[in-house]
Amino acid sequence: MSSPSKAELEDFKKDVVGWLQDNKPRDPDFMLPLTFMEVGTEQQFDFLREWQRKCYEAGYVGAGWPEEYGGGGMHQQFQDVASKEMEAQNVPIMLNAIGLNWTGPLLLDMGCHEDRSRYLKGILTAEDIWCQGFSEPDHGSDLGNAQTKAVRDGDDYVINGSKIWTTQGNFAKYMILLARTNPEAESKYRGLSFFLAPMQVSGVETVPIRKLTGEYGFTQTFFTDARIPAASLMGKEGQGWGVAMRTLEYERGARGGQGNSYTISMPDVSRIFDLAKTAMREGKPAIEDPVVRDTLVKFMIEARALGLNNQRQSIMPLVQDSPQSLPLQSKLAWTEFIRRLNEFAMSLQGTKGAYYVGEGDVLDGGIWQRGYLNAFSATIGGGTSQIQRNIIGEHVLNLPKS
Amino acid sequence: METKGTLGFSEEQAQLLEVAENFCRDKSPIDQVRALMESELGYDDAVWQEIANLGWLAIAIPEEYGGVGLDLAEVVPVVEQMGRRMMAGPFVSTTIAAQALLAGGTETQKQTILPLLVEGACATIALSEGNADWNLSNIEARAFKETDGITLSGMKTLVADAVCASWIIVSVICEDNVRLALLDAKNIPQGALERETIIDETKRSYKLRLDGIVIDEDSLLDEGRTREALQHIHLVAALLISAEMCGGTRGAIDYTVAYLQTRKQFGKVIGSYQALKHPIVDAHVSYEQARSHLYSAAHNFGQQGEGEVATRMAKAQAGEAFSFAADRSIQFHGGFGFTYECDAQLYRRRSIWSENMYGDAIYHRKRLADLLF
Repeated sequence: MSSPSKAELEDFKKDVVGWLQDNKPRDPDFMLPLTFMEVGTEQQFDFLREWQRKCYEAGYVGAGWPEEYGGGGMHQQFQDVASKEMEAQNVPIMLNAIGLNWTGPLLLDMGCHEDRSRYLKGILTAEDIWCQGFSEPDHGSDLGNAQTKAVRDGDDYVINGSKIWTTQGNFAKYMILLARTNPEAESKYRGLSFFLAPMQVSGVETVPIRKLTGEYGFTQTFFTDARIPAASLMGKEGQGWGVAMRTLEYERGARGGQGNSYTISMPDVSRIFDLAKTAMREGKPAIEDPVVRDTLVKFMIEARALGLNNQRQSIMPLVQDSPQSLPLQSKLAWTEFIRRLNEFAMSLQGTKGAYYVGEGDVLDGGIWQRGYLNAFSATIGGGTSQIQRNIIGEHVLNLPKS
Repeated sequence: METKGTLGFSEEQAQLLEVAENFCRDKSPIDQVRALMESELGYDDAVWQEIANLGWLAIAIPEEYGGVGLDLAEVVPVVEQMGRRMMAGPFVSTTIAAQALLAGGTETQKQTILPLLVEGACATIALSEGNADWNLSNIEARAFKETDGITLSGMKTLVADAVCASWIIVSVICEDNVRLALLDAKNIPQGALERETIIDETKRSYKLRLDGIVIDEDSLLDEGRTREALQHIHLVAALLISAEMCGGTRGAIDYTVAYLQTRKQFGKVIGSYQALKHPIVDAHVSYEQARSHLYSAAHNFGQQGEGEVATRMAKAQAGEAFSFAADRSIQFHGGFGFTYECDAQLYRRRSIWSENMYGDAIYHRKRLADLLF
């Protein structure tokens, strides 16, 4: 497919902006999640599911996916425009993140026609919610050591074990599941297989986990002799590690593709300028304090650098020494930036930094307090920042494994 | 407020980057860098002639003055690669002086001097003084108009590459205003230049005693454009030093990583220890951000407003990145890092020199704060 012209993208953008202005839902009387990892109540879930369906019907979800599977059949750049505008207009996020950003791109990359036909449309409409079953209680960062077992029995696999940090696990119809089919394999990696596993079968139990904010959003998932069809195996037995690694590349931003849905609402640096103008220091606006000013500029320089890194990534002569360098550090740099930005925003508030969501006097509904605490989900999930540093050290700087 | 930056990269930039990468690697291996440190002049004149022949001095000079007519954006990749190999020579000084003439010189000055700079004559600027202020307008050197010419007095400091310069652009107070004057090296008396001992031994810097030097009226630059020229010089210098620092950061990281990949302690290659691996990754992340800022500044340099913001950000980020990478380079080399023989000190001394030229990170952030809010 040839790239669209600037004019075509501009026209499309105008349509998106117009549609969003007309259809942006009014703020409900409950707090909406800022990221797909914070969907804790039925109310939030129903609201966001309806919103994603509406965006899909307007053509702004899966615009780059093939028409035969329910997509828009357009160039992916159109979807990128739509996602960017959703973010710019600060509308509610897309709910079905694992489906849109992980399962979908994976199926389009390496799935068979049958699987694509079965799963892709439900992902786009949010009819079928997906979750991810990689981490285990005893093996958080050490994925290769996953111990959940899958044993072939006739036309089924029988699953036993437990997965943790399952985002939207209690709402999900399917899970991308990494499980051990061969405990005797010559390496721990070769014993793993990858499944597109149904969740609504007997023997699967999801228990919501209460987060540090007091809210919900994740579950622990227990498998007790749960039977799933053998056809849910993706690839061959023993190839699961490769498939999981491919999936993580979408998550860590190292591989483009048809993901890039708007599933996380990022705080904008310019919002902390507003805070700094209203907060007081020694009887004057905080923005007049030299240390506050220096810190604000540092955040601004960093925010710009992250955006510029994204732009530079596609300029070959400037990345050819090490093409993976910028993509691999994107997750580390962004998530740590967001955490520190929220932290500074609390510090700016003076005494009000001590309030929390629910207090009438809390600033901006407590968005910074909650944002800071929730920011850890991104600096920990998908490989902690410490694991990210190992990955960059080993794959970009060619240092030996730790 | 515009929080996002923009980036572009021209075909010419790509070509120059590739040529400069190879040239600087070949012509400035570390043994050569160390040999030149010991020499009085500080650089290899044969290599300088090659640089002139490559046309690098012509890049950002308009065609009417014998140049190629590209922008400073195309000079940036060249300086970046020089910085990476710590290549010695008056390239940055001469480029800043040429830009100073373009921004504030008279037509005659431009027509006479720029074509010679394109061919390989050197020039530099003498703006700093003993008060050590980065604000280029805070000076005390004087110029007195008399019947037989203009007499100068005072002392300029940190005049880079002064002994090889055929022209030096100096700032002086003349009739209560800051003026720029073009000093022909022929008019500099014996003993007026005195070499300074500076922290970066790969560079050369001098004091310039102006007392008693007499110039004619035609040597003054355009009075009406002094402010504009000083601002331009400040930003050009910040841009080029950012480029040199970015390259230097890369050099420091490469040098450290090579050691972490080979040195063994307690039976293991030390790069496998996270106490060393994680900070060097942080240095690398900071370097990549500096490089993105650098090429954004190069791309936007000529834009009113945005050019200044992008350039100050580039200098601030390059300063932080280079200082951290070079500082950790010394530490991570252990006992060897404390020796003169270890190259980590070269990078660290270079980074300190560069931070202190034309404003460090804190200074540029202060200026940015005033520009932005």
